Amino acid sequence: MVTERDVSHIAELADIGIDREELPGFTGQFNEILEYFDILDQVEAAGAPEPDTWNVFREDEVLPPLPRDEVLANTPGEEDGFFRAPRVM
Amino acid sequence: MAVVTFSPDDRYNAFITMLREVPSGAGRLSGIPIAVKDNISTRGIPTTCASRILQGYVPPYDAHVVTLLRNEGAAIVGKTNMDEFGMGTTTESSAYGPTLNPADTSCVPGGSSGGSAAAVASGMVRMALGTDTGGSIRCPAAFCGIVGHKPTYGRVSRYGLIAYANSLEQIGPMARSVADVSLLLGVLTTHDTRDATSVPCPYTHTPDPDIRGRKIGVPEEYFGEGVAPRVASVVWDAIALLERKGAEVITCRMPSMAYALAAYYVTCTSEASSNLARFDGVRYGPPADTKLSWHQAFQEQRRAGFGPEVRRRILLGTFALSSGYYGKYYAKAQAARQQVRDDFLRIFRGVDVLCGPTMPTVAFRLGEKTDPLSMYLSDILTVPANLAGVPAISVPCGKSEGLPVGLQIMGPHFRDEQVIDVAAAYEQGCSP
Repeated sequence: MVTERDVSHIAELADIGIDREELPGFTGQFNEILEYFDILDQVEAAGAPEPDTWNVFREDEVLPPLPRDEVLANTPGEEDGFFRAPRVM
Repeated sequence: MAVVTFSPDDRYNAFITMLREVPSGAGRLSGIPIAVKDNISTRGIPTTCASRILQGYVPPYDAHVVTLLRNEGAAIVGKTNMDEFGMGTTTESSAYGPTLNPADTSCVPGGSSGGSAAAVASGMVRMALGTDTGGSIRCPAAFCGIVGHKPTYGRVSRYGLIAYANSLEQIGPMARSVADVSLLLGVLTTHDTRDATSVPCPYTHTPDPDIRGRKIGVPEEYFGEGVAPRVASVVWDAIALLERKGAEVITCRMPSMAYALAAYYVTCTSEASSNLARFDGVRYGPPADTKLSWHQAFQEQRRAGFGPEVRRRILLGTFALSSGYYGKYYAKAQAARQQVRDDFLRIFRGVDVLCGPTMPTVAFRLGEKTDPLSMYLSDILTVPANLAGVPAISVPCGKSEGLPVGLQIMGPHFRDEQVIDVAAAYEQGCSP
């Protein structure tokens, strides 16, 4: 059983804001969905699956970069040709 | 260079962005108006994923598939509506309002590529691109009564597709005929080194409706609990038609279906929780408040920018990957995913394709599905193909309660050709 406190904690980990009034609804749905996921308890984990995948390598060639002005045109906070981000400290 | 003019009445809200005059060059798609789902990057044309968090974003580059369309002379006339970030089965979670189903405007068109399906079904465009993570091409194709194909994983480059669940999703063609789906698929399957999962395996096939001697498997689970009896009956009639065309029908079992839906939702939400971390209002989208601290700014930005379903899936995925729960959810989901794949590989040793309904019901009424779990459950018949990476198509096969029903045909990896042939046989068999 996941509590409203658990959902708040996960929301903080995921940097997803949740309004207080949304919490009961989210928590109820969360529990309903997790209860459905419990069917996976019946799956026998037969060790790590062995997918037939392989690594794909290529030469590290220098290609033209994206046009700087078009990239920066999308940022709401450009400063001297850089992205401006919220303060970390 | 010719110019295609495009000014239809978008009464179904199929488009987020429409372009009125579009240049069109020479090539296999010369002069053909094509709609592109709004999670596929188009240089110079806004691309929003139907989310407020990407409002105003104009990609500085084209997705590989968009380059291929342009190279073949296609006229990209607009970007279509969808469930926000592809997360939904109805197109109702779009920040731009729901798309209506042209077959019945009181119904949803299915999702998440609902705008593409409605644009094709209503005749606004001849073809469209959709994307399919757990059925998002096949579901709206079935609900709107058109053809939609999810290619084998790796056959179409995902470069420029705004990622939701990388290990599951493919871009694919939607049209009103199997021939057009086949034509568009031929354009999309060019190898691309910018997507490391892109496999050099071009599709150069012409649909061949002669299916005499082909073996068609029908998994019992595709007609089990939750599948509307009238939908099942319409699909059995379609399978009987294929039998009359000379195919041999063999029933089979897919025991892993019991876990498929849970495995799918654990996997896609886990991948989404990582992929969608990039939307923070720094490089694109409405601005984060730079006066707040880093975490405060991002939490507020993402609360306002993402709708409830997207936040729900990010939370579920974060939870499934969190310390103490990884083994219970993500690891088990991957083991179940392997079982789904093993089931397909085992069954395809004895049959050429598998057939069943695309969706367990016909289109829902607008606003009918409000409970997330019951919405998820409607994806039960489409997610197995994504978990295993096999090709799957939906072709219209009649109606139930006056609404379109889709016949789903799935095939072995990189045998999209076999799937297309059986679809062509069905289409030919039921045309007057």
